[in-house]
Amino acid sequence: MNSLWMLVALMAVVTYLPRMLPMVMFRRFTFPPFWKRFLRFIPYAALSALIFPGFLTSTGNPVSALAGGLAAFVLAWYRFNLMLIVLGGIFGVMIWQSLYN
Amino acid sequence: MKIHDETETLVGDGVKRENHMLTFLHGVRTGIPVAVGYVPIAIAFGAMAKSAGIPDYVSVMMSLMVYAGASQFVGVNLLSVGAAYWEIVVTTFVLNLRHFLMSASLSQRIPKGASRIGLALVSFGLTDETFSLASVRQEPQLRPAFLAGLNLIAFAAWNAGTWIGVFLSASLPATIQAGMGIALYAMFIGLLVPSLKKSRAIVAISLLAAGMHAVLRWVPPFSGLSAGLDILIVTVAAAAAGALLFPKEEEPS
Repeated sequence: MNSLWMLVALMAVVTYLPRMLPMVMFRRFTFPPFWKRFLRFIPYAALSALIFPGFLTSTGNPVSALAGGLAAFVLAWYRFNLMLIVLGGIFGVMIWQSLYN
Repeated sequence: MKIHDETETLVGDGVKRENHMLTFLHGVRTGIPVAVGYVPIAIAFGAMAKSAGIPDYVSVMMSLMVYAGASQFVGVNLLSVGAAYWEIVVTTFVLNLRHFLMSASLSQRIPKGASRIGLALVSFGLTDETFSLASVRQEPQLRPAFLAGLNLIAFAAWNAGTWIGVFLSASLPATIQAGMGIALYAMFIGLLVPSLKKSRAIVAISLLAAGMHAVLRWVPPFSGLSAGLDILIVTVAAAAAGALLFPKEEEPS
């Protein structure tokens, strides 16, 4: 087998195992209260870490990224549909870029 | 436990199969924002790999078998600068270890009767984005058929985008892709912000995570860490701090 195939296969294995093992193994396991809270807070901690500061470098210009992020934030605050929030973020960036470039 | 989605109205022995199908389709619909966000990024991946001189089949197979955005970009980059294969594999592992936490978090909301093989298949599609969408849903239980629909449309979009990037990207205007860079971040914001209004614990955890991530990213002794490791450390620390500081935070119903 070609070694590039081998590389992709190994990358696939080390990516798949952390995705699969907890879902298959921990499902019937009842965690103590602290760990239950920990696991329940994971999504919010992860979302926040994914958003900040990464979004600032997502458009090549921190100010236009801020405009898009702010548009998304306002739409999300008023509980618009997720698709509209995504489109709002894109339009926020595009409007800013067309005004100031 | 009660499950609050529209497919539940069909519960009954005779309609069990349609019920699974509707749950699956509900997952597919829910995943549309992820799919829309994935296409331009996957196009960028395919185009970048092509311009770095990576053989087409390697890019296509990475999206099919590895299916992890950040580590595919990093992997192709390391390949093009001639890094050792073991370095690429270790980097990929570290970058994707955060999915261990996400998988553990989701595992607590899978119905008891779910099949192991089904879960082993569904878990292949776990990404930052599909996890985020699934985990902020209101219903306490997440059915495997729902997760399968959600993960499948995201996977299909990622692979379609990769093909476009590898085989057609020369004919696409670059300006369209630039504006799309914000799409997945806007989705993350759309998923997090409504939860901020519900709980002070979530506000505190979010601020803590964002602050810690900024420190790890920008302050010199830490700024050499890989992005995946950053996110893993910050997520563990902020969620653990939340679990310590907010012991009264009640269980979801």
